[in-house]
Amino acid sequence: MNTSLIVFLKEVRENLRDKRTLINALLTGPLIGPLMFVMIVNVVISRQLNQAEAPLRLPVIGASNAPHLVEALRQQGFDPQPPVADPITAVRNRDVAAVLRIPAGFGESWSNGDPAQVEVYYDSSRRDTQQPVSRLKAMLESYSRLNGALRLVARGLSPALANPVLVDERDQSTPRSRAGALFSILPYFFVLTVFIGGMYLAIDLTAGERERHSLEPLFINPVARWRILLGKIGAICVFSLSSLLICAIAFTVAGRFIPTEKLGMDLGLGPAFALSVLVLMLPLVLLIAALQTLVAAFSKSYREAQTYLGLLMLVPVLPSVLLSVMPVRTAAWMYAVPLLGQQVGITELLIGGSVTAAQVGMCLFCGFAVAALMLAVTARVYGSERLAISV
Amino acid sequence: MIQVDNLHKAFGEIRAVDGVSFTARDGEITGLLGPNGAGKTTTLRMLYTLMRPDAGRVLVDGIDAGADPLAVRKRLGVLPDARGLYKHLTARENIDYFAKLQGVSAVEGARRRETLVKVLEMGDFADRRAEGFSQGQRVKTAIARALIHDPKNVLLDEPTNGLDVMATRRMRQFMRDLRAEGRCVLFSSHIMQEVAQLCDRIVVIAKGRVVADESPDALREHTGESNLEDAFMKIIGSGEGLAA
Repeated sequence: MNTSLIVFLKEVRENLRDKRTLINALLTGPLIGPLMFVMIVNVVISRQLNQAEAPLRLPVIGASNAPHLVEALRQQGFDPQPPVADPITAVRNRDVAAVLRIPAGFGESWSNGDPAQVEVYYDSSRRDTQQPVSRLKAMLESYSRLNGALRLVARGLSPALANPVLVDERDQSTPRSRAGALFSILPYFFVLTVFIGGMYLAIDLTAGERERHSLEPLFINPVARWRILLGKIGAICVFSLSSLLICAIAFTVAGRFIPTEKLGMDLGLGPAFALSVLVLMLPLVLLIAALQTLVAAFSKSYREAQTYLGLLMLVPVLPSVLLSVMPVRTAAWMYAVPLLGQQVGITELLIGGSVTAAQVGMCLFCGFAVAALMLAVTARVYGSERLAISV
Repeated sequence: MIQVDNLHKAFGEIRAVDGVSFTARDGEITGLLGPNGAGKTTTLRMLYTLMRPDAGRVLVDGIDAGADPLAVRKRLGVLPDARGLYKHLTARENIDYFAKLQGVSAVEGARRRETLVKVLEMGDFADRRAEGFSQGQRVKTAIARALIHDPKNVLLDEPTNGLDVMATRRMRQFMRDLRAEGRCVLFSSHIMQEVAQLCDRIVVIAKGRVVADESPDALREHTGESNLEDAFMKIIGSGEGLAA
């Protein structure tokens, strides 16, 4: 029997008996992503829905100066509140989203046909109030336009005179693409899963074996070290691949529990999506297994390897964060960069865009090429004299 | 037969092994005696090709270890200083893993494994997982897996380390049995009594060099001391790091 296969079978068998490895590879690793995802998305969506539908409480100062305006507010889903003593403090202290002040001269200016001023107090640096504030501003503007039109009609003029330019908005986003913008973090969860699924195995099979003094006896067998390495990498890949598989299935199921349709969005989390993710992620499975083994081989102890790999886990989040902070157009070369390629590919699939066979091929080819390189480096380190010596 | 010719190995400034030569013959027990840190383990590691010597040569049954390390490892059964087992596997599974890696056929491996289980008296724990094994059980399992391919040459690095009196006696008898089977047995120790009792030939190492390479009788004669302990002291210069 091929010696790599002997090593592979033994590692898989031994680790199937290890509870911690199993829990990490088959439970924590694959499920933490979908779980976090569903939770975050549900919180975000329910907040947005609440803000959009619930009557907005709005303190009004000087309501008696413009009873018709206050009445209009009420009809538009605002809930006028008694005035606050100091609108500036109230907004800064986050007691209210916004305060409307109607000055004493409002009624007089209104009757004279002059522009009558109202004041809106708000804090634009507060993200949570952006939606209610823009709702209030839009309401005031449309109220102003409506009354302007009425005044023109009263003087025998066409209201169209006041609107020389008419804007007709044609939003090309689809329910699916709007969802994709919101869920650009999703690809990271797949990478994270592969990382966590294989991590304990990778540490255990090199740093752990050395610490438990079993690496030296293993290397005394008449087997080339790269064959042993291949068997170990294979075992890591099997575990991280199982992780990924469970994660992809979990996302397919989780997609049904995300009330995206309420936001006019649609997530493409079907079986076809799961399958495409698996294919795109294949090179990363090998690359991450080799990288983790390399780090474990360099580390002096199990704990040290754990620390390094914990830090390394943050690296794959970079493309996700970068792309969500500065959205750039997807370019062909991005598919050639491991991690980035998976990020743009999975995002593209999610928003219902197309990923061509050539792009998938590029993603796989470059991914496997880098993985092979990483494997060669790891094999070199594995061949070193010091690796086996446990001090 | 193991021939060691002028081995050198340095770690940075420290010359761990500085010109070691000796021969361990078939059907003999050769003892590598020296205080802690004398270079015994490093010498053995170069013999079983875990380390490459900076200079010098190792021949196992005439095969150059530098040129064909895999062939040399096939001919060696090694109990290294590191005796870690796989704790989720049973003793038998631990042995079988090494049998497969040595390329022993399943039938032959099982036959040989059961012989070793019997000889080493492992019956009562052979099917238990290695987690929680006593020191003695660990050493027995490690020896069984090291000898599963029936090697002609046996290297044992401080085989009685950590064993109780009974286990130590049995281990010594086991080494005599290996010699009786015509194997070349080389073991390292820092226990003088053990070396004196067992060895046909004693190689004394101190500070990375061979300071004596003789039979126990010749060693006594050479130093003019009738007591082996005194003889060792005289050769090494001090008794530091040695145990009676």
